[in-house]
Amino acid sequence: MMNHSQAAEEFTHDVDRTTWHDKTLWFVREKRDKAVFQIPEWEALREAASRIKHNALSNLDEYLLEFEQNAINNGVKVHWAADGREHNEIVLQILRETGATQMVKSKSMLTEECHLNEFLIEQGVDVVDTDLGERVVQLAKEPPSHIVMPCIHKKKEEIGELFHEHLGTEKGASDPKYLAEAARQHLREKFLTRRAALTGVNFAVAETGGFVVCTNEGNADMGAHLADVHIASMGIEKIIPKAQHLGVFLRLLARSATGQPVTTYSSHFHRPRACQAMHIIIVDNGRTTQLGRPDFRNSLKCIRCGACMNTCPVYRRSGGHSYHNAVAGPIGSILAPNLDMRKNADLPFASTLCGSCSNVCPVKIDIHDQLYKWRQVLAAEGYVDSSKKQGMKVMASVFANPKLFRFSGKAGRTMMRLVPFSVSNPLNPWYKQREMPEPPKESFREWYMKRSSKEQ
Amino acid sequence: MNSRERILAAVRQNKPELQPLPETTTFVSDFPDLVAKFCEILRFIGGTPVVVANYQEAEQYIRQTYGDLSNIVSKVPVLESLATTQWDVEDPHQLEAVDLAIIQGVFGVAENSAIWVPEERGGHRVLPFICQHLVLILNASDLVPNMHDAYQRLNVGEAGFGVFIAGPSKTADIEQALVIGAHGARSLSVVLLQNT
Repeated sequence: MMNHSQAAEEFTHDVDRTTWHDKTLWFVREKRDKAVFQIPEWEALREAASRIKHNALSNLDEYLLEFEQNAINNGVKVHWAADGREHNEIVLQILRETGATQMVKSKSMLTEECHLNEFLIEQGVDVVDTDLGERVVQLAKEPPSHIVMPCIHKKKEEIGELFHEHLGTEKGASDPKYLAEAARQHLREKFLTRRAALTGVNFAVAETGGFVVCTNEGNADMGAHLADVHIASMGIEKIIPKAQHLGVFLRLLARSATGQPVTTYSSHFHRPRACQAMHIIIVDNGRTTQLGRPDFRNSLKCIRCGACMNTCPVYRRSGGHSYHNAVAGPIGSILAPNLDMRKNADLPFASTLCGSCSNVCPVKIDIHDQLYKWRQVLAAEGYVDSSKKQGMKVMASVFANPKLFRFSGKAGRTMMRLVPFSVSNPLNPWYKQREMPEPPKESFREWYMKRSSKEQ
Repeated sequence: MNSRERILAAVRQNKPELQPLPETTTFVSDFPDLVAKFCEILRFIGGTPVVVANYQEAEQYIRQTYGDLSNIVSKVPVLESLATTQWDVEDPHQLEAVDLAIIQGVFGVAENSAIWVPEERGGHRVLPFICQHLVLILNASDLVPNMHDAYQRLNVGEAGFGVFIAGPSKTADIEQALVIGAHGARSLSVVLLQNT
């Protein structure tokens, strides 16, 4: 498997696409800013959301029990899954009991994390993703590259080509309106014929036992309200204590995600329809472990808005797939090492630590601090490249020795002036896609010494 | 131990010390004119606001605007005459043929033009989603400033299902190009009644 920097290098080979990807996501960040600036109490709202989530995590067992009891009283079946495999088997079991061999699914990052689609397809179940972006990546046999905009890495011409092949649209057609209409027709037929639907959960309310699903397309509702069985999959961290807290989170979510005042549909499910079965699967899959890590438990506050990705200079220029994890970007990079340190040791290094992610996070997760802390943990646990470690050691000894530091600086400046090829060559990673700067004639220290001697 | 017990035990062992809920979880929005704000936001998100005096004018507007549609369902008793059929279907799948659904919302939210529609207002849960076009009727006096006010007014668990609808269904999944009319209604008009 390629690590982040290798995958990013591949992505950036196409300069035009990289620039386009960068600009498109920055455009979403700008829309977010516009929406946020209309709320004078934005910072207080973030603070409230953050503290509600802290409370929820610190009393999670009680809230989960309260939620479960209320959901059962509402006529919903509640299941618990320790990991992805158990979650997938529960889904399969429910489908078998229903006699359903086909299912429609709306967006759920949890099911991506559990690799539900692959599992069900192996078991002979036909799963159709119904969010437009998710359907696109499903047809392309790719994972989503963004949690809110799953196919943001694709150009409309590529989507046109996919739809031509799979949905029979005209060859060469790439008008987004035309393609979205084709997807509407194609997926309507699925909604009308599937007996089982799976949705994610944005918020689960302990106080009422209900859950809220937010979409713009209406696909979660089209699936759930037409199917005989509705399965809702949620991580344990989706719990919020009270219904009135939805006011805080719904004001933050869409503004942070896409710059909309609220999503088109905020659907509140409490009881199944007559003759319908409703199931909730509560999934751990590593979350309780993360809860036990004081430095990293705050990552469980995440409401999956994607704002940290849209603002991240590394994500925007490397694409979501370079993170090789269901959730990409800064938040993905602090969630992933918890699931598998060895596999995801590269991700906390895929950041400049600029802190933009923490600034836009609607629930005030200290994302860039956690990225930094993960680096320490991963190095201590031996998951960091020895070459990186060696380089850091050399640098540390240079910085710790003033004479050596001055000598190295001078040597570097002289070399760059006299033998520019010594640094401007492909072996130097800093030279890749960059011009090296003009070496200064003197160091700050030399300049300062001269200046102070003149003054005396 | 089964998974439920294992998860709960792990949470108990690993959770941090109890953090109190914040004292302030609601905020006040001060809009001088709720109807104006609601209409401005609804236009911004692709919906059509229509302010009329009464049901009679609402009926006129709907006839003029949607006169060419054939399958019209009206769930608003006063506007029953607009319905082209009773559509008292058992199976919600049959609603696939509905061109226009007219439903009365309970209240609206000025800051984001969302309207609360609990299931009993539509008969079938799927109606406001499966119809090609949607008209929501709302009393202009039933507007609240923001979402905090909305949840104060709402007993959210009362309905088995309820939804805040803000604008027509949409997607920007293809290159961030906005397309109105994804899987739900292709258009939304909100008719605000002033004299009710």
